[in-house]
Amino acid sequence: MKVDVVVIGGGAAGMAAALKASEQGARVVLVERDERVGGILNQCIHNGFGLHYFREELTGPEYAERFKKALEEKDIEVLTNTFVKALDVREKKLVVVSEDGIRILETKALVYAAGARERTFGSLMIPGDRPSGIFTAGVAQRFMNVENRLPGKRALILGSGDIGLIMARRLTLEGVEVVGVVERLPYPGGLLRNVIQCLEDFGIPLFLSSTVVEVRGRERLEEVVVAKVDENFQPIPGTEKVFEVDTLILSVGLIPQIELLEDSVEVNPTSKGIATSNLGQTSEGWIFAAGNCTVIYDLVDYVTYEGEMAGKYAALYAKGERFGPKVAVKAGENVMVVQPNWYDPSEELTLYVRTRKVIEKGRLVVGSFEKTFEELVPSEMMRVKIPRRYLNGLSEIVVEVKEE
Amino acid sequence: MRIAVIGAGVFGSLIARELSKYDVDVMLIEKNLDVGMGVTKANSAIVHAGYDDPPGTVRAKFCVLGNSMYEDLSKELDFEYKKIGSLVVAFDDREVKVLTKLLRQGEENKVEGLRILEREETLAIEPNLNPAVKVSLFAPSAGITEPWMVAIAAVENAMENGAKLILGEGVVGFEKRNGRIAKVVTTRNRYEVDLVINCAGLHADEIAKMAGAEHVDLYPRKGEYILLDKKLGGHVRHVVFPVPTETSKGILVLPTIDGGILLGPTAEDLPSAMKDRPLTTREGLSKVKENAKRLFPKLDLSYVVKTFSGLRPESPQRDFYIGRSKLVENFINVMATRSPGLTAAPAVAKYVVEEIIQGEIGVSLTRKKDFNPFRKGIVHYASLSLERWQEEIRRDPRAGKIVCFCNEVTEKEVIEAIKRGARTLDGVKFRTRAMFGRCQGNFCMPRIMKILERELGTDMSSLTLKSENSWIVDGKVRE
Amino acid sequence: MSALKRLVCVQCPLGCKISVELSDTNRILSIVGNRCPRGEEYARDELENPKRVLTTSVRVLNGEYPLVSVKTNKPVPKNLVPELMKTIRNLKVEAPIECGSVLVEDVLGTGADLVATRTVRRAKG
Repeated sequence: MKVDVVVIGGGAAGMAAALKASEQGARVVLVERDERVGGILNQCIHNGFGLHYFREELTGPEYAERFKKALEEKDIEVLTNTFVKALDVREKKLVVVSEDGIRILETKALVYAAGARERTFGSLMIPGDRPSGIFTAGVAQRFMNVENRLPGKRALILGSGDIGLIMARRLTLEGVEVVGVVERLPYPGGLLRNVIQCLEDFGIPLFLSSTVVEVRGRERLEEVVVAKVDENFQPIPGTEKVFEVDTLILSVGLIPQIELLEDSVEVNPTSKGIATSNLGQTSEGWIFAAGNCTVIYDLVDYVTYEGEMAGKYAALYAKGERFGPKVAVKAGENVMVVQPNWYDPSEELTLYVRTRKVIEKGRLVVGSFEKTFEELVPSEMMRVKIPRRYLNGLSEIVVEVKEE
Repeated sequence: MRIAVIGAGVFGSLIARELSKYDVDVMLIEKNLDVGMGVTKANSAIVHAGYDDPPGTVRAKFCVLGNSMYEDLSKELDFEYKKIGSLVVAFDDREVKVLTKLLRQGEENKVEGLRILEREETLAIEPNLNPAVKVSLFAPSAGITEPWMVAIAAVENAMENGAKLILGEGVVGFEKRNGRIAKVVTTRNRYEVDLVINCAGLHADEIAKMAGAEHVDLYPRKGEYILLDKKLGGHVRHVVFPVPTETSKGILVLPTIDGGILLGPTAEDLPSAMKDRPLTTREGLSKVKENAKRLFPKLDLSYVVKTFSGLRPESPQRDFYIGRSKLVENFINVMATRSPGLTAAPAVAKYVVEEIIQGEIGVSLTRKKDFNPFRKGIVHYASLSLERWQEEIRRDPRAGKIVCFCNEVTEKEVIEAIKRGARTLDGVKFRTRAMFGRCQGNFCMPRIMKILERELGTDMSSLTLKSENSWIVDGKVRE
Repeated sequence: MSALKRLVCVQCPLGCKISVELSDTNRILSIVGNRCPRGEEYARDELENPKRVLTTSVRVLNGEYPLVSVKTNKPVPKNLVPELMKTIRNLKVEAPIECGSVLVEDVLGTGADLVATRTVRRAKG
């Protein structure tokens, strides 16, 4: 089957890309491995989505619904319960599998929007037993909000990122006792508004500079041991506290899902996601990427903007248009993560930046562009538009945040 | 003749299968909710060559024999086995001396193809190995497999040939008559038996004591492991050992059967109270990392998929304890089956049934004419050619519905696993490799639980991970 | 004599840091730091009568999914949330449910409606 643009992934980025590509007149096929589109939004029943894009505060499902409805109105073929088994980068062919059989899709351009997965308990190497009752926050959220099941009766949460905080509230409202949230940094990982709405509102203690050092339980979880940590996140002996809980919820980071492409395209060394230009184009001309598979975003609105960009340019590429030349974007002083990896003057440059540490007052320097920011934290991503004139003539763009 | 085999680990399963070749009633009694969930589940998965066992020991004899049986066995029982060979690497002169000793030992044990490789030869076949290596001992007959699958496959084949599997019943005692075992008493039943074979892994000494038979004292020897992501596959090509010490084969680096990399095990002797607690520790895992780095300095240890711990049934004699009891005539012990247990198991099974039962005890057994030695495993549709897979999907659409994305496992495979006896999440996991991948079930666990719920006609809250009390989810959010 | 109370507004992810100056009789003297009028309203409410938007789930009968995600379309008094949750726990709604439809009007007299935030179609067969 010959197509102009195939979009892999029907989450926020994929839906946005499919819609924009279709707007450009491309013949689009959206491939989604789950039973419905919407991605993680389907289970994020809390507020906080759409303030930028829709200028309205929506819940996850509502945000997704807007795009789902738009998809239905367009002539986009949406294949759900369909899995991408193989991608032939040279032939521009995909093998997709579903209950309807195996199909080969031949395309002119691809938008890869496979999102991220949660860091697992196994990868943390926490000593102790291997009981049931240990969930990543996303799985607990899915059980509660989609499958209608509670994960347990008494829980401890490791990681104070937004998703951990949201789950603290969700669990408490449903009668699960949350004994605390444990965070290895000396400050919370999520937005302050969530610390208030999710922890302070319910009197849930936040244990900073601490981590889980052991889990106990032969069959089901019985106890979790928490200890304080030093500046290098190493447990301090003698500070151990035992919590009797039957559930441990982990919110310890997201990992871009790049496996299908990682041998064929360049990877962003700062985010470990797929490297792209500001057009969403990867190092392989016909392949574009957007969303959490490129860098972990804070707001779904940003994911939508980037998905739209990738969809638009994938469609233009399919029509025969070519872009560039592009200039490398590199992370400089105090910058932990920067996206995109290349600047293509076909569009303005919007930078997404995370600093390496807390900076009270910092000056973002990009070429001859400078802007001062206050209270920069690694957990809050900066989104900054850099006007073209500041980037003219540069053979390399270094993004730095200088401390004042 | 009614024969009870106690313990459905790799030994009990293969013995049950061996017995099912004959006209006997075989009862395989297992205390856990599934087979192969004890010692068999957590070990290095190596089919050893046999140079590491001192000549004259029981394990030396059965290791080499067992090793030679794996090729055919894996074909009959349809489980994966790869003869990738092993290297014991020496970094200094003292270690080189140990290698020469191992070479001689191996030759005495009749290990085939054993030879010393110079540094260049070694690095040619194992390029990422620490270049400081001096020489290595190469054993082409070593291999890797999927240990629990050996047990699962053997049990399925045994059952097809008439053996009975009894799960979730632990043996608590015996009824004796005239000094012989008359009945096996479990937590739920009493079974009349003519012969008992004790393959109860870590608890085999307790079982022997209950029967009034001889035993050796068993204590758990813990080994901690780290499993690395499949994306690192290819970095290591053989089973790589450091030079062994007096007490242990050392901390190894080896490929797993499905393309990952396994590091470990440590070797820590624990008190018998810890028999059912395979724990990982900070120190143990650190040790594994350090030692792995010594063998493969470029190994990227940031791609850890999981860590786990396995317990081996060790005795002070440090050898297998296999034989007919002199105190209880119809009781046979198969205990202290520490390393190289997995390798030796097929040979021990034959020995027990042919040499002990028919030989020593003198029971005359008639071979079944219709014994079917072949067992077909669960088809992994994603490994088929696209044409064949398409056919299968046409026949049953569920063969096209992928539920575990990391390992490309279809709904049909999950249903097949349940048909073959999976009742827990681990039961599905170990039969299909669903949830074994890099997301560790984050995407597929709820989906698989829904399938279990539907196929077993039960509620999600009654499903467990591995054992009766390892419930996964609690009640409903909204009734 | 005045006291300074620091708050973070939760009305939107911008999370403005607001300082409220209080007199010794706890009368609000000034509110600074908010980037929109909702922030000022939030600061007043937070001190006198804190309000929150409640997002949760309601049981669906005969739907393709057992739950429909819901929200109050306005913030409701924080201290009413436990009672609200009780009411919601006993609620059962019949599929099909359209995203945006009102499930309960003026829930518990708060002036806020309980609104469906996803579409749940009727179950097949």
